[in-house]
Amino acid sequence: MSASHKFLVPLAAMIGFLLVWEWIVWVNDWPNYKMASPSDLGPAFWKFRILFLEYGWDTLWRTVVGLGISVIVGVLLGMVMGLSRTSRDALYPLLVGFNAIPKATVVPVIALLLVGLDDLNTVLIAFLISFFPIAVSVSIGLSTLEPEYRDILRALGASKTTIFLKIALPKTLPEFFGALKIAVTLAFIGTNLMEIVEPHGKGLGHLFDSGKINADYPLMFAVLIALAFLGIVLYYIVVALEQIFAGWAERD
Amino acid sequence: MGTDLNEAERPVQIDLRGVSHAFEIENGAFPVLNDVSLQIRKNHFAAVVGPSGCGKSTLTRLISGLIKPVSGEIYLAGERVTSPRATVGMAFQNPVMLEWRSVLKNVILPLEIVAPKMSHKQRQERAMELLSMVSLEGFEDKRPSELSGGMKQRVSLCRALVHDPDVLILDEPFGALDAFTREELWAMMHRLRRIKPFTCLLITHDLRESVFLSDEIYVMSQRPAKIKHSVAVELGSERQLDDLYAPNVTSLLASLRSQIADPNN
Repeated sequence: MSASHKFLVPLAAMIGFLLVWEWIVWVNDWPNYKMASPSDLGPAFWKFRILFLEYGWDTLWRTVVGLGISVIVGVLLGMVMGLSRTSRDALYPLLVGFNAIPKATVVPVIALLLVGLDDLNTVLIAFLISFFPIAVSVSIGLSTLEPEYRDILRALGASKTTIFLKIALPKTLPEFFGALKIAVTLAFIGTNLMEIVEPHGKGLGHLFDSGKINADYPLMFAVLIALAFLGIVLYYIVVALEQIFAGWAERD
Repeated sequence: MGTDLNEAERPVQIDLRGVSHAFEIENGAFPVLNDVSLQIRKNHFAAVVGPSGCGKSTLTRLISGLIKPVSGEIYLAGERVTSPRATVGMAFQNPVMLEWRSVLKNVILPLEIVAPKMSHKQRQERAMELLSMVSLEGFEDKRPSELSGGMKQRVSLCRALVHDPDVLILDEPFGALDAFTREELWAMMHRLRRIKPFTCLLITHDLRESVFLSDEIYVMSQRPAKIKHSVAVELGSERQLDDLYAPNVTSLLASLRSQIADPNN
């Protein structure tokens, strides 16, 4: 499959999607306060272009920072659970319970707890919603390491750190990136959740909210498309990192 | 053929004295090895055969120092084994390929641990030397996932030998291979030993393999296992697969088989 093919096929699919959308709105003769059509989006983007850039940046950096904390905390938790049975038994039910709590209910709690610290509470939600898959996959990757993998180095007198760095860590990378692909989307959802539920004048979530208040439906749809675009960009950045660091795990 | 071992021309390399081992389970101890003693002389190739689950793999982990026996003593080249040591090479049924490394870098791995000061070039040369001995030159830059099962096992053997260990411990390395590949690798083991002799302990389920490869065979009993019989294999160093069908070998195989099957001793 050529590079242009890889790029052109999804592009054609997207254009097809927009055409179908436009057609459905046109056939039903929906006014744009019921359902905006793609042709309404261009003017909306242009009218609010400065805000899209500014708020898009807010959403982007807070998502990335939240995800970064997720990676650090998730990997550490995963290491603790993956390398010690006792801590796995202790932490696992706690994590599962925590993950089961709908994050929409945590948002007002965090917003109240850290009132005024808008960036911090947004980053915190992005982190809280996304660290679970990373912690679980790293712990599973480490705890399911076949004993022979440890033994080939242990039999030579290698230290635990050496075994971790040379064997356990690289062997867990495919699982880690699998989880990171889920986590990046979750972190993005977390950021927007905070921006929409507790509006504090920043981010694409806020722009969506003002579209709602002003009954500017094309703007609301334009925000959704902008969010989808950012989501795609973030996801494929993770895919590119996966290719670089765990490309060996791919079988063609 | 089939005489008891009683030669004393070479120093003892692997020496087990009254080794017993048990695993801790919920209600007490689960005995695995019971008073195992055996001596393997330098540059001898010994095979250990026995019924399934009798503790053969435990034996390899004890000798390599990965676990400590409950009682008894283990010596390698006269030194008491209390922890893992760099003078041992191990290969298992699972070739344990590090998929993120090239074939060459898989072979180099032990040198990174036991010879951290060795230059990168020296390591590469040493690994290439072994890879060419097992006819894998040209594959050094491939990923393990691109190799067949037999090739992976050859890489695994190179890795077990790359740091020039005094003792090679093989835990059913050919067990998962098809019959033809297995016979190819048997011939390769003989070639490797001719190029540079080493002491080897092979755990196997395959009696023909034990006869074809080894100088002496130890038969283990049911768990808790002890050595119930040992035989010397006197086929010389130039062995052919056809030798396995000679009448004296056939009768040796039959006697080994009946000893393993016999539950009374």
